Amino acid sequence: MSRPLLYPLAEGTTRAQSLAVRERCGDAGRVWTSWAGMAQSQGWVRRYFKAFCKGFFVAVPVAVTFLDQVACVARVEGTSMQPSLNPGGSQSSDVVLLNHWKVRNFEVQRGDIVSLVSPKNPEQKIIKRVIALEGDIVKTIGHKNRYVRVPRGHIWVEGDHHGHSFDSNSFGPVSLGLLHAHATHILWPPERWQKLESVLPPERLLVQSEEDCLQGSP
Amino acid sequence: MLRGVLGKTFRLVGYTIQYGCIAHCAFEYVGGVLMCSGPSMEPTIQNSDIVFAENLSRHFYGIQRGDIVVAKSPSDPKSSICKRVIGLEGDKILTSSPAGFFKNHSYVPKGHVWLEGDNLQNSADSRYYGPVPYGLITGRIFLKIWPLNDFGFLRDSPNGHRFSDELGK
Repeated sequence: MSRPLLYPLAEGTTRAQSLAVRERCGDAGRVWTSWAGMAQSQGWVRRYFKAFCKGFFVAVPVAVTFLDQVACVARVEGTSMQPSLNPGGSQSSDVVLLNHWKVRNFEVQRGDIVSLVSPKNPEQKIIKRVIALEGDIVKTIGHKNRYVRVPRGHIWVEGDHHGHSFDSNSFGPVSLGLLHAHATHILWPPERWQKLESVLPPERLLVQSEEDCLQGSP
Repeated sequence: MLRGVLGKTFRLVGYTIQYGCIAHCAFEYVGGVLMCSGPSMEPTIQNSDIVFAENLSRHFYGIQRGDIVVAKSPSDPKSSICKRVIGLEGDKILTSSPAGFFKNHSYVPKGHVWLEGDNLQNSADSRYYGPVPYGLITGRIFLKIWPLNDFGFLRDSPNGHRFSDELGK
């Protein structure tokens, strides 16, 4: 016989076709048809598994990259940014939108509310307002030096609730490399939906900013 | 025909985004290949050596004394520095010259590390800009790939006397 004894069957073979093969191949065909029947009923399992793998390896990196590089959402704990954030104290925590894309080049303005890796505890993120940029001279509250010049590549951050805030007045200027994201909006609770404004608190005006120094003003 | 071209463009963009995200996750969470420049880590790492850095240790807070790490520069967040960890938080560090008469010690603050290059004469490191926050560390170098005659795991520090457990003796 020139014909091969066993015919491998493709997925989706109909019952009529499987019967036809059985007739042609006799006993060997019977083994193959039962196999094909099983494969067809299990074909959906293999297809589902393939689709799951494809989805997993596409969706997880894309989602992780998006949350790391574009934007994510976080709940604010603590009272160091009252009254701008968490004015209700422990009853209701604000949920803010953190925008990573805006700080990808480490560009921040005075008055921005930013989240950064805590210099004292790398496992924790803290959220504070930027008071001064590099080159500015700040009048501190409770720091060991009265006046501090912010070094190159650093920023001075403070919580709005002075006295109840673990900020640059405790740990000094922070390196821009620790910058994590810019908090742009409050998302929850709904009655506190708003865009967070980048304003310096009026009592925290700078002694001297870098621009003043460069223009040579007295 | 326009629909065919548009379809192909969308597929291309989709694949680019997909593979770009996979590459980003690999570099961020697993590791990558880096080229080091500068003389501050000689003789362990020479100028223009290519090394392999892994980023898992810093996410699991497993950086040890004696590791060579890559970190963002404290004064310029867009550039990186490559130094050895001499002290972890709480360690006692000799900040003055070891040959000097009065030895100044200080303690590494919480959440920071003390970095020094192996080439002590020609390295701007923590002796110059102070302790570096742990959050600036981006990876740990553990394998040198190029030049091939120096392929392999990296040597221990030639400056063993700088480590704090030596100071206690």
